[in-house]
Amino acid sequence: MLAYTLRRIVATIPVMAVVALFVFSLLYISPGDPAAVIAGDQATPADVERIRASLGLDRPYLVRFAEWAWNIMRGDLGTSIFTNLPVSTMIQQRIQPTLSLMVITLILAICIAVPMGVVAAWKQGTWIDRLVMGFAVLGFSVPVFVVGYLLAYVFALELDWLPVQGYTPFERGFWPWLQNLILPSVALGGVYIALIARITRATMLEVLQQDYIRTARAKGVAQPGILFLHALKNAAVPIVTVIGIGVALLIGGAVVTESVFAIPGLGRLTVDAILRRDYPVIQGVILLFSFTYVLVNLVIDLLYTLFDPRIRY
Amino acid sequence: MSTSTFQPGALPRAALRAEDVAAAAPMPDILPPVKARRGFLGFLRRNPTIAVGGGLMLLIILMAVLAPLLWTVDPTALAPARRTREPSALYWFGTDMLGRDVYSRVLHGARVSLIVGFAVAFFSSVIGLAIGLTSGFIRWADAIIMRIMDGLMSIPSILLAIALMALTRGSVGNVILAITIAEVPRVSRLVRGVVLSLREQPYVDAAVASGTSTPRIIVRHILPNTLAPLTVQATYICASAMIAESILSFIGAGTPPIIPSWGNIMAEGRALWQVKPYIVFFPAIFLSLTVLAVNLLGDGLRDWLDPRMAKKV
Repeated sequence: MLAYTLRRIVATIPVMAVVALFVFSLLYISPGDPAAVIAGDQATPADVERIRASLGLDRPYLVRFAEWAWNIMRGDLGTSIFTNLPVSTMIQQRIQPTLSLMVITLILAICIAVPMGVVAAWKQGTWIDRLVMGFAVLGFSVPVFVVGYLLAYVFALELDWLPVQGYTPFERGFWPWLQNLILPSVALGGVYIALIARITRATMLEVLQQDYIRTARAKGVAQPGILFLHALKNAAVPIVTVIGIGVALLIGGAVVTESVFAIPGLGRLTVDAILRRDYPVIQGVILLFSFTYVLVNLVIDLLYTLFDPRIRY
Repeated sequence: MSTSTFQPGALPRAALRAEDVAAAAPMPDILPPVKARRGFLGFLRRNPTIAVGGGLMLLIILMAVLAPLLWTVDPTALAPARRTREPSALYWFGTDMLGRDVYSRVLHGARVSLIVGFAVAFFSSVIGLAIGLTSGFIRWADAIIMRIMDGLMSIPSILLAIALMALTRGSVGNVILAITIAEVPRVSRLVRGVVLSLREQPYVDAAVASGTSTPRIIVRHILPNTLAPLTVQATYICASAMIAESILSFIGAGTPPIIPSWGNIMAEGRALWQVKPYIVFFPAIFLSLTVLAVNLLGDGLRDWLDPRMAKKV
């Protein structure tokens, strides 16, 4: 187990290296002069030169990459071209709203999607099953900002139950904080719920045909006990895997959700950085998100033995 | 008793004479003949998901192609005097803050979504197929290619597209390129998986044993078997590319604002959405319907091409 854990951790290093190399190389492989693109149309030649120097584009590629990678390992993500603040500081200022949004969405999605999938598998072929599957197709099809605007229109503008936009820091109390995050998490959770519900249903259908389920039924275990104790436990691994993979959807969706609901998080920071072509910030945020994604999936991989003791390494 | 044991080889063949067979009474008509509808209509009847998805898709394609004939005006014509008119008999979907007709813009916007969706599906399938075949057949290349693909896949695809767009000037071509690069790793993984499992098939061994050259094996035995899963994957990529295009345009990193795309119309309506929600909602509805049509088509194709999966997912 320890050997496997170590091997698995070591295996993420090349993946992260490829991510870093790619995010870094984008500056070099993009067509045209990146310094000119970043500087914008109204820039003077001096501006372009200043940006070229600050991005290190005037120095050799490999030297620059080694330097950049070394800085990242020390936690220095560079300096923003627009605000002149360290990128890590800018990320720190914006991380709480994004983290809150993602954690609440994650909890919400799991609490809704898993029972949905279980019930759909149990009632396979009935109208309940069809309703759940129909919802899943809709969840995949309606983009996150469409759901966001629709929810905001109905529940904030028309019914006035929840705030339309904005974010209240956690320090100002649990309810004000949660109030602002309900609509965004439901909007962001749509695709995620659809994904998890589909996999839960598919895996449960397979598990429910196993002999030990028949045994449980024969010895008189009640239906909920069979579904949630005997079957769900055995269906856990694929479900947990897809929850990990789906974090990519959460990250991508957060960028949009934060724009719709005016939440000052990392997504908003990314969008602002794109509009200002503040490449060091974009680089930093993408690295952070990708590393998070890799780490989440690493942890899930290592947790497999916990969900299914039959798995041994 | 040896006579009671059934022995297929010992059947009294000679007893069955030609006259008996000819004289046998015709089978009674217990079962009504199965009405297997043939042809295209029968196919649609047996695959309602393909029928609904395909029909909807066809309508949207027609709408995009015939946009200039469907009572639209110039979608970019400014008319400051007629700003933000509510939907009416004259302006079916109302006008935006620059007085442009939202109905005309939405209909023309379909073109961008469809072009991006189809182009990305096509290019990422072709490139992914080439990479997947290479890494499935050439051992030493496999390790390198798959490490690179793992790295690319750990960058959430919409962020990868954002990073690429941040460094190029916005154009439909660049949007297609950016989303294609983000989708290629998934296709290559799929193709590689199919290739690796096909290589173990006895008929491939037989082909190798009979001295068939590798390129011929690929073209005759491997390629045709990858087409079904690849087609299904391509429809899902088409759907997610349409969403990605609208997200990129919505956050200002996609199609140039001068081109009416659904993402752009929504981005422009964003500032006014609390008072004039229709500017956002009309493109949102069309986008959702289009993506829904493609997803239904994909689900239908999957069930049709791989009936074993149909009952499960």
